[in-house]
Amino acid sequence: MTATATAATLPATFDESAFEAFLETRDEPAWVTDLRRAAFAVFQEKSGEPLDPEEWKRVDLRTFRPENFAVQTGSQSGAETVATFDTLMSERAEFAGSVVHVDGVTTQANLRAELAAKGVLFGNLSELVHEHRELLETHFMTRAVQADADRMSAWHAAFWTGGTLLYVPRNVELTEPLHSLIALSTAGAADLSHTLVVLEAGASATLLEETVSADANSTGLHVGAVELLIGQGARLRYVQLQNWNEKTYHFAHQAGRVERDGSLQWTVGGIGAKLAHIHQDVHLDGRGAEAEVNGVTFAVNRQLLSYYTKQAHNAADTRSDLLYKEVLRDKSRVVWRGMIRVEPEAQKTDGYQRSDALLLSSTARNDAVPGLEIEADDVRCTHAATAGRVDEEEVFYCMCRGMSEYEAMHMIVEGFFHEIYDRITPDSRTPDFDDNNAAGGDPIRIVRETLSRAVERKLGIGE
Amino acid sequence: MSSTLKIEDLHVSVGETPILKGVNLEIKQGEIHALMGPNGSGKSTLAYALVGHPKYQITSGRVEIDGVDVLELDANLRARLGMFLAFQYPVTIPGVKVADFLRHAISNVRNPDRKEGEGLMPMREFRKELREQMNELGMELDFARRYLNDGFSGGEKKRMEILQMAMLKPRFAFLDETDSGLDTDAVRVVSEGIARLSGPEMGMLIITHHERLLTYNNPDFAHVMLAGRIVETGDASLAHNVHANGYDDIRQRHPDAAAEEEAEQEVTTKT
Repeated sequence: MTATATAATLPATFDESAFEAFLETRDEPAWVTDLRRAAFAVFQEKSGEPLDPEEWKRVDLRTFRPENFAVQTGSQSGAETVATFDTLMSERAEFAGSVVHVDGVTTQANLRAELAAKGVLFGNLSELVHEHRELLETHFMTRAVQADADRMSAWHAAFWTGGTLLYVPRNVELTEPLHSLIALSTAGAADLSHTLVVLEAGASATLLEETVSADANSTGLHVGAVELLIGQGARLRYVQLQNWNEKTYHFAHQAGRVERDGSLQWTVGGIGAKLAHIHQDVHLDGRGAEAEVNGVTFAVNRQLLSYYTKQAHNAADTRSDLLYKEVLRDKSRVVWRGMIRVEPEAQKTDGYQRSDALLLSSTARNDAVPGLEIEADDVRCTHAATAGRVDEEEVFYCMCRGMSEYEAMHMIVEGFFHEIYDRITPDSRTPDFDDNNAAGGDPIRIVRETLSRAVERKLGIGE
Repeated sequence: MSSTLKIEDLHVSVGETPILKGVNLEIKQGEIHALMGPNGSGKSTLAYALVGHPKYQITSGRVEIDGVDVLELDANLRARLGMFLAFQYPVTIPGVKVADFLRHAISNVRNPDRKEGEGLMPMREFRKELREQMNELGMELDFARRYLNDGFSGGEKKRMEILQMAMLKPRFAFLDETDSGLDTDAVRVVSEGIARLSGPEMGMLIITHHERLLTYNNPDFAHVMLAGRIVETGDASLAHNVHANGYDDIRQRHPDAAAEEEAEQEVTTKT
């Protein structure tokens, strides 16, 4: 392949001159610019090569025109705040800190003073690169998501904007959740926001992140990356609810690394987007590390949601448990390709993965492809995939108790997701029944309510 | 005013096969009716058709409550009108907790004009009532947190049906072999539960093969079905008689229906 041919494949809004113009707008330290330039070279190179067919063969990119999207470099007013958006989470709890990004520009960032005093960093990554070179140079796109992983990660690494950093020092425990909102408000805007979480040994935190569009019809593009670095014995709960409008393309590289005895509970919600492809890796790097991965998706109309997950057991006595629950309606399609990889030294690994799909219409399609690659000989790894339609007898039973067909479907869909809610709830109480309701700020309660509301909205539209 | 459920010349088919061939029955609020009959005579079909299962097609006949045409209504509206089926095989709904299910059910049945998305019964009130009814039925409160019928024993499922009946307080309840597949203790618990619910406000149609349920709930009327029709109606003594002697006497008294039953059974065996 000639250099000319390679250059020609770059979309006009992300080509060399667009990149130079973009750099002009960035007031960044040289080390950041250098990283961007290196990444751009990789982006150029990878743009001339096909994407990994194993990962992308079920993702139809024919309608995707990257040249229709551009990074917003104009001076944003910054007046837009969280209140502008119909977010599902932000008003439901007290947060210890929150960050808002609109069209790739951070418009709001705050953190409680007592946490800042303990050395916690939470805010705009673009700003924090100026003062925290030492921290960021070792953690930013070095260990979890590398620029040269593929075309998408290189694209992100060259053009990233905005971004959220959460850093929690050794043994500092955050009891209240943090909130990060990533919004698109201008038609044709590209968001390349980055999320980096670093928990030092013994730290703990909960971060709830959601993506949202200002209206239902503006086209949008997200090329994101999420990096979760969990130190020895640290505990992170991370939720990302993807709730763009159905005109948005969403591509993301997301990876977590867990050190000895650390734990990661990672919940992804897939509600919005026209087309979404998420590459999600979990690496269990230290003995006793564990990860629980939960996926809740609800696709309607012609949405395509694709997940490419890997649970990498790189050390002994590690545990991973992945459960994706997918509801599909209309002509939507959900793809899940999962892999458990066990390295030779990862004896006594306990790995599990399962995908359950519930189809509400005969035109929806679900592909679930579990996989195992096991190099160690003393492990327990299991996988499963199920797909089924709503049982007419369940609907009838609900109707016999006075519920409308709609209400019955709603109940059955909620029930289908309930296994996830139960997994992410610290204890198995039913807040709806017990006297002592969970506290209003309980992050899991927010996630439940948020998903429940999204389900309601989804069931309320279409047929 | 006491309500009346009137079934007139009801014909019901499943697919191409006629199952009910002209059922006539009148149940008043406060009455207990026992419905007996050999397997395949159409008892369960009648129960399902009354509450509106889409698989059971009404080919002719009428069902009315105080003049309201029930057959025009979807199953949920029949429930809101006060009709209730205690299922022989209750359905499992994974992930749906008993308390949530019942709160939705009761909110619709108590407020028949409720629109989708309108408020549910206040939690405090609901919780109090649920606790009371569960106590009455000797059920552990833990039940309310379990997924509906998921992993329940046969006895637990039947008790769950009775709990629903107690909460929804229907005007007309159809109990489809609520005593089947239970051990003696479970039958006693369920029978006592039903007995506690019966009264001037509730008309009951108890479908049963066994006598135990009826000793706790002495019927005002007993009916015997054969080959899709009610061939005999009497008082409690008819029920006791059938239990003691089986259906041979009935078949002898109704040779035409008996012949039809035999012909149907042959078809069933062949297919």
